[in-house]
Amino acid sequence: MPKLTIDGIEVEVAAGSTILQAAEQAGIEIPRFCYHERLSIAGNCRMCLVEVEKTPPKPIASCGYPVAEGMVVHTDSPMVRKGRRGVMEFLLINHPLDCPICDQGGECDLQDQAMGFGADHSRYDENKRAVPDKNLGPLVKTSMNRCIHCTRCIRFITEVAGVPDLGATARGEHMEVGTYVEKALGSELSGNIIDLCPVGALTSKPYAFVARPWELAKVDSIDVLDAVGTNIRVDARGTEVMRILPRINEDVNEEWLGDKSRFSIDGLKRRRLDRPWVRENGKLRAATWDEAFATIAAKLKKVSGDRVGAIAGDLVDAESVLALKDLLASLGSANVDCRQDGAKLDASRRDFYCFNTSIAGIEEADALLIVGANPRREAPVLNARIRKAWLASGLPIGMIGTDSDLTYPVTNLGASAATLTDLHAGSHDFAKILTAAKKPMIIVGQGALARPDGSAILAAAWRLAAQVGALLQDWHGFNVLHTAAGRVGALDLGFVPGPNGKSADLMFSGGVDLLWLLGADEFDPSRIAAGTFVVYQGHHGDAGAQRADVILPGAAYTEKSGTYVNTEGRAQRGFMAVYPPGEAREDWTILRAFSAVIGKTLPYDTIDALRKRMEQVNPVFGRIGHLARFGCSDHAGPAGDPSVLSDAPLGSSVQNYYQTDPISRSSPTMAACVDAQSAPALAAE
Amino acid sequence: MAFLDRTARSFVLGELVAGMALTLRYFFKPKVTINYPYEKGPISPRFKGEHALRRYPNGEERCIACKLCEAICPAQAITIEAEPRDDGSRRTTRYDIDMTKCIYCGLCEEACPVDAIVEGPNFEFATETREELMYNKDKLLANGDRWEPELARRLELDAPYR
Repeated sequence: MPKLTIDGIEVEVAAGSTILQAAEQAGIEIPRFCYHERLSIAGNCRMCLVEVEKTPPKPIASCGYPVAEGMVVHTDSPMVRKGRRGVMEFLLINHPLDCPICDQGGECDLQDQAMGFGADHSRYDENKRAVPDKNLGPLVKTSMNRCIHCTRCIRFITEVAGVPDLGATARGEHMEVGTYVEKALGSELSGNIIDLCPVGALTSKPYAFVARPWELAKVDSIDVLDAVGTNIRVDARGTEVMRILPRINEDVNEEWLGDKSRFSIDGLKRRRLDRPWVRENGKLRAATWDEAFATIAAKLKKVSGDRVGAIAGDLVDAESVLALKDLLASLGSANVDCRQDGAKLDASRRDFYCFNTSIAGIEEADALLIVGANPRREAPVLNARIRKAWLASGLPIGMIGTDSDLTYPVTNLGASAATLTDLHAGSHDFAKILTAAKKPMIIVGQGALARPDGSAILAAAWRLAAQVGALLQDWHGFNVLHTAAGRVGALDLGFVPGPNGKSADLMFSGGVDLLWLLGADEFDPSRIAAGTFVVYQGHHGDAGAQRADVILPGAAYTEKSGTYVNTEGRAQRGFMAVYPPGEAREDWTILRAFSAVIGKTLPYDTIDALRKRMEQVNPVFGRIGHLARFGCSDHAGPAGDPSVLSDAPLGSSVQNYYQTDPISRSSPTMAACVDAQSAPALAAE
Repeated sequence: MAFLDRTARSFVLGELVAGMALTLRYFFKPKVTINYPYEKGPISPRFKGEHALRRYPNGEERCIACKLCEAICPAQAITIEAEPRDDGSRRTTRYDIDMTKCIYCGLCEEACPVDAIVEGPNFEFATETREELMYNKDKLLANGDRWEPELARRLELDAPYR
């Protein structure tokens, strides 16, 4: 641990740190453009100059200079100031003065640092460089005149996203960042290069020119379009969500965000349900809340309690799930299910359905087996974490299934579930790797669980985990990767068929007379039996609303304060950024209001009272943002016979990353992404 | 004694005579009033009157939707919405000024990087209804077209001091 002095402050930092990192530890800010803590060090912007005593008398780029014992560093000496001013002048030689029309204006590193460290005027009278703009697909807009060649985007796409699409051609003033051959970026994390770009060279295409950072109200929230529980910031102006940015959470998403979560917000403005509808003579008619409630209440009178059922969808918040469960319990029904895709998740023990290793724990693993999942499409941020672990330690990764291109090398062990039996018998080479590993991990995806032999695969995967030593007192290597943000929360609240309750399959096929769909859209509506009276409560006119007899307009995730439990089992809370459109209401209030209409008033009037009740049902909801990691001491596996595996090949449940839910299916931007990915060679704009 | 003095003065109407003398003096001095609206006083090139949005000589509107005027407006009288125009350039789709909110401070004009929004020499824009004072982009551009010679002249006169 070398000790050094920076501006008179003595700090002790880990050996191998750079001066810039040491200065950060000492609380001293050094300006920088190319340095980023999550990317490799490039050292090409030269903005982070400092002066080090007893070295040759010249400024030193602190981002790439390792600390040494007894070093004395000055970050604000006359030489440093002059050096930075010179570097800034060089950077501004070719940077256009178009801040007023630049979308980065107001949140631009170059703007801020030019104010802080630059000279007050330019001495450059010659013409500036002109670079043709590149077409990087429907998400990232380029304005290459503004590029200062920090190469953050290149390093991110190559290192973190693992899709080496970007690169630089030529050198010096003639250097250009681009894709060599014009094509759309092939990464699901491409939006992050917009955040990383310190200038306005890469900006968001859907957000182009529409708003300024100072106009936006910023609200913390949780992303629901995949089950990672990415921490996001919703930027809204008036009644409109303008953009979504990631928040830093080292345990979940670091500072990345998937493209679907970032760009599908235009889906929040389209195909919305903004008023109640009632079906009369086969046609939907706009109605009032009172009429809609009266229609359901009249139907409920004719139906016995055990013929009423409810299915929760993928984007639901835990609050409305519990309100719906309590409502059905008051009617005497245990027909509730949150597994609309028929996934054979075992809710009897929490570690049967959680990503127990935790996302940060992936970095500790030394062997990984993926069963029937494609993390790249199902959870790109989690996939980046697996790639990070592979980059750091060469993590051996095996895959049972048909997917291959995960941005890191995987050993394909076979496509059928029977491979699990081979691994258990030890007749497979990868079994030796798993057994030899100290902290092996097994990830089971929804593609493996949402099929007839799902419970057998779950049991077989658990049995394998127990056998290879993945279930230890201090290490839990059994993981279920979810794709639905609301599902773990619903499972935690016991939103599964109770005693004599019917599963989603039975409810679809006529097991109930009144079916309440809470945002459930991921199924074929023709599966619902003809005589079933369907109530759809949700925010988009998608599959569920098509079939509905009564539609109750609810709020999307940006329009309500809600608790979501991510695939790890971490409860997180998002807050309301804008009001729901029209007559739509927050979902739990709809259920509370309806319960009063039928005289079975739910015992909570405020969201705080409802959250107290959630805490009573499962104490997990009392620890927001916190995840207790635990090992496994009970090796008894989930229900299911691990030997009855079918030969059908395993695959991911997500075939199209960009359109997985009502919000992203309504989004024109996501549709453009699908087009761009199916025809990667872009036509010149 | 003082009482007698005051009474005597009031009887000879001393104050009235002094006042009329002053009136008579001004009667022969040059007049300062003007015959408005047929005559108008001179105004400074920095006079802050009715707003206008200017165009370039080729007819292209100057405003680039940077929203600096909206940000600096202390009365929050300006509302702007923008999106890329068909040719990809940054332009407003809406530029509204609520003239009843405006305090005519001129900060919008100072914030504008392209001299698009200006406060012109016109101060005669009283209306009969409140609604007419909610200016939109068309009205502001029309103002700019109508006043352009004078707007250009006053900007030129003020340029040395900027």
